[in-house]
Amino acid sequence: MSVLAETAAPARAAAWYWIPRAVLFGLLAFIIFGPLVNLLLWTVTEKWYFPHALPLEYGFSYWGRVFSPRGNAMGSLGTSALVACLTVFLSLLLAIPAGYALARLRLPFRSLILLALLVPNAFPNLPIYVNIARLFYQIGLNGTILGVVLVHTTHGLVYAVWIATAAFGAIEPELEEAARSSGASAFRAFRDVMLPLAAPGLMASAIFVFLESLDEFTGTFFVGAPDVTTLPLLLYTSAAGGNYQIASITALILLVPSIAFMFVVERFLRADVLANIGR
Amino acid sequence: MRRYLPGLLLVSPALAIIVFLFLVPLAGAVTGAFQDADGGFSFGNFIKTYQLYSNDILFTIVIVALSALLTAALSVAIAGYLTLGTSPAAVAILRWLYRWPLFIPFIVVGQILRTFLAKNGLMNNIFVATGLITPLHTVGFLDWRGIVIAFVWKQTPFVTLLLAGAMASIDRGTVEAARNLGASRLRILLEIVLPQAAPTLMVALTLSIVTMMSVLSVPLMIASQSPTVITVDMAFRINAYGDYGVANALGLISLVLTGAVAWIYLRQTMRENAR
Repeated sequence: MSVLAETAAPARAAAWYWIPRAVLFGLLAFIIFGPLVNLLLWTVTEKWYFPHALPLEYGFSYWGRVFSPRGNAMGSLGTSALVACLTVFLSLLLAIPAGYALARLRLPFRSLILLALLVPNAFPNLPIYVNIARLFYQIGLNGTILGVVLVHTTHGLVYAVWIATAAFGAIEPELEEAARSSGASAFRAFRDVMLPLAAPGLMASAIFVFLESLDEFTGTFFVGAPDVTTLPLLLYTSAAGGNYQIASITALILLVPSIAFMFVVERFLRADVLANIGR
Repeated sequence: MRRYLPGLLLVSPALAIIVFLFLVPLAGAVTGAFQDADGGFSFGNFIKTYQLYSNDILFTIVIVALSALLTAALSVAIAGYLTLGTSPAAVAILRWLYRWPLFIPFIVVGQILRTFLAKNGLMNNIFVATGLITPLHTVGFLDWRGIVIAFVWKQTPFVTLLLAGAMASIDRGTVEAARNLGASRLRILLEIVLPQAAPTLMVALTLSIVTMMSVLSVPLMIASQSPTVITVDMAFRINAYGDYGVANALGLISLVLTGAVAWIYLRQTMRENAR
């Protein structure tokens, strides 16, 4: 009897501990998920006005409007996907040679070069975009896909190069040397040994750059608008026009890849690569 | 020089992008700020900026400083609990919970908080429905408070992630020693763990301040009426008037403000390293 009471008392104390924790976690969950639930509600709302706490009618009619072939959302989705894919392509084209050189070859001022790539993300970029827009206007790049891709690439380049450098740096140098000493050319050793081994890290950098491009607003706002309308710009114009359903559905389309990435990022970025970033 | 050639060749395309799409426009921002309409040197843009936007500049500093302080306080609390929490289940729940806003794009943050915090938004609706307040007493937060809430909501997970990483890698021996001597967890956090993780906190906060100074979408969507932050003013100067002079002057001011933050941080670390 007394043994039972002795074990029950600490258990009861531990249970009491959960009350302040539960209150705090509940509050935190409300702060984090409240706005997200609100977004989900707006995407399926047909009718919702003050002072009703919840929508009066639910339905998917706005989804039909967003995804109709003539709707401008499909056009924006296409533009966003095209811009993001081209940005990934251009970034990797620049980052793979640069990352290899930074990880493996002799370079003067190596840490300065790594730092130089970070600089565009270490200053407020709005004044920069304003002046890029002015330069692009003079050479006819304003309002073109290429102009927007170039702006997104500048912004994403630090992730691409830093992660590529870390990915190449995490490969044992002996593997490349073995390929070279068994007669492979430098290019062949790179293509058949280094590139496949660095692939998961490069994949992670590609996803980073893709998401940065997909979510980018400010640069597109100055360089692309009104000719290049990506999803963030469509979100902004529909929200400014008071069309909360279209804005919320667009926001949800942008949200899904970002949340999905949060759960898989650790699979692509192995700890040994992660520890190498910025070195 | 010869032995560096292959490496330099491979790095140069990436560096060219930085030069042409960052350094050249940066130079354009600096020179543009000091040019009058005819291209001559003048301080006219700054005088005009001061007359029109001195309130907004002050407003920006207050908003960013307040957001940074709140972000720091929340991050220290969350990262501290993740490091010193005794219940594995509670730590796991918190770890799962806190990082959701991390990857949510700013434009989406602007949209969801705009609908959530409005006078007739879901937050007030819930408060009314649960009887906490009456419909007459609802207050919209779509002004400076909305901007601060959006910045803190979005930046806290980022700072927490870096800070929790730094706290996890400090020497556990001192923590265990203090715990054996009977120090409370709050005291251990503030007097032992936080000082060791402070450099990381400062880096994360500096990066957050740069982000907050750059973001256009959140203030544009939550509170674009006057008074507002200078990013909105810059966009307005260009879209409404094509006035690059004043926009560049404001841009230079935002660059100098973040530069000042970075300089304070660098001086602090140098002083600590010299000690």
